[in-house]
Amino acid sequence: MQELVFGRRGLLAGSAALLMAPQVGLAKPAPAAPASGSGGQSAVIDVNRAQIAPIPIAIPVFAAAGGKSGELAKGIVGVISNDLSSCGLFRPLDPASFVQAAASIGAVPKWQDWKVIGARALVTGKVEQPAAGNVRVEFRLWDVLPEKQLQGTAYTTTTSNWRRVGHMIADVIYERLLGETGYFDTRIAFVSEVGPRAARIRRLAIMDQDGYNPRFLTSGRWMALDPRFRPIKNELAFMSYAQNQPRVYLLDLGSGRESLLGAFQGMTFAPRFSPHGSKVILSEAHGSGSAIVVVTLAGMRATRLTDSEAINTSPCYSPDGTHITFNSDRDGSPQLYVMGADGSSPKRISYGQGRYFSPVWSPRGDLIAFIRQNGGTFGLGVMNTDGTGQRILSEAFGVDGPAFCPNGRVIIFSRTTPAVNAAGAGHSTHLVSIDITGFNERMVQTPTDASDPAWSPLLS
Amino acid sequence: MKFRLIGAFAAVALLAACATTPKPTTTTSGAAAATSGPAPGSEQDLVRNVGDRVFFAFDKSNLTSEARATLDRQATWLEKYPQVKVLMAGNCDDRGTEEYNLALGWRRANAARDYLVAKGVSPSRIQTISYGKTRPVALGDNPQAWAQNRNAITSIQGFNPQAK
Repeated sequence: MQELVFGRRGLLAGSAALLMAPQVGLAKPAPAAPASGSGGQSAVIDVNRAQIAPIPIAIPVFAAAGGKSGELAKGIVGVISNDLSSCGLFRPLDPASFVQAAASIGAVPKWQDWKVIGARALVTGKVEQPAAGNVRVEFRLWDVLPEKQLQGTAYTTTTSNWRRVGHMIADVIYERLLGETGYFDTRIAFVSEVGPRAARIRRLAIMDQDGYNPRFLTSGRWMALDPRFRPIKNELAFMSYAQNQPRVYLLDLGSGRESLLGAFQGMTFAPRFSPHGSKVILSEAHGSGSAIVVVTLAGMRATRLTDSEAINTSPCYSPDGTHITFNSDRDGSPQLYVMGADGSSPKRISYGQGRYFSPVWSPRGDLIAFIRQNGGTFGLGVMNTDGTGQRILSEAFGVDGPAFCPNGRVIIFSRTTPAVNAAGAGHSTHLVSIDITGFNERMVQTPTDASDPAWSPLLS
Repeated sequence: MKFRLIGAFAAVALLAACATTPKPTTTTSGAAAATSGPAPGSEQDLVRNVGDRVFFAFDKSNLTSEARATLDRQATWLEKYPQVKVLMAGNCDDRGTEEYNLALGWRRANAARDYLVAKGVSPSRIQTISYGKTRPVALGDNPQAWAQNRNAITSIQGFNPQAK
């Protein structure tokens, strides 16, 4: 039996410790697979806000072995429970309903006690502090109806990383029960907005996916916009107004070092990494328009993919790197286009009513999320990559900046509440997440007003 | 345009009044008299006597006749003060996404800049920038506020009212 041990610097190294025979590798999930338990033939639930039946799951507080482990056990179970309930696909059961006392769960649960309260799955665990500053968390996932263990894993890490252990366990539960990779051990970068509307201070900030551990990444001396995670590396691309020269920069999240990306004459903006993180695609303003340019990071070679006769912006690669979707007004109003990754054969894909913006390709490859303005309202929508099957998921006075979570199941975006008077009172901007089926829309807590969210890849 | 002209006349009248009939309260200090009108060639001079901004229609960057008249005055003023360098900032209402509006703001700043250059202002004296929808000058969320926020604002370098 191997154990998952993390280095002192974080949870980046280590190998899984299965507490039972290794699992057979999971088949790649089908696109847009619904939660198990939703039943039916359709692969996609396309009724807006249709509530699917979440999986009832029991998560009694983990056993604790002295020291601060009791507190940690409560905290970790809280993280797991919150992750699972907030995704909308699980229903953690009320601990008051539990028949078998958490403390008495030994090697094997009393199955009948968990069946009788309607639990489909049960999570048990143990927390100990083998050495000062370290915590060891063991957890087991049980499938109640067939009475079998699905997973057993132990994690050892520095105590300060305890929340991440909770997120990693929630990811394992999600993957084992739904058959697709989770997204809880992730972070969200965003633009923090404070101050009066006419002179707002916009700084980059980052926090855990559930809103914990927020911190600022830029000082606020210069406006910062458009944070985008680099796949694999611990790095962001973003746009800074440093020295009144708005340009795209790279920010190393480990060292905090900022470096200018490329040597452009005009403003550069709307950066996004290629799927493997070796290139950045962005917009360069030139004359009366803006061109889409790809920059190869090794050597900083820039290649133009479009002209700048019109506005060409918000470029985003398909997850296989073969295509790019982007926003352009080349046909007279802002619409969505798809072209080859080399700039070949651009084709318009948005033909619905209204003006279309900010296309973002789903990590699953099957959908493009977008922002649509129709009359006085803005909507967040998704469509197939050829423009068919458009669905509006959420509408408001203002919505902007859609970003997918790593498995493509959830979209985070910003929503603006309009001012109630000419002085701007009541104007605010917040982050909101929503399932791609259109249900489980919820506010994402941020310490300040927030816009421009970006969702990191899985950290582990 | 009418408003701008009235503003210009009013300022001239004030300056003239200062020069000819100083008020008793200002006689103790020469500096006080100077503050009653903007210094020629200053940011305030540009704002009050020339007009520092032009406005655009929704999702448009073409210059209206009113905008061209304002830019004509700016070109004349810049010719008069050849040491002045300016920042031309393009702005948008918030009826669009941030990224699209950065491009649209740039296009507006560029349209105003091109007009000044065509009128003889050296391109080296004009830096362009776009703030997209991030720097509204009117704070409401209504059509009147949006109309004011679709603009290109000229400011003397170092005095940019929108810089942050």
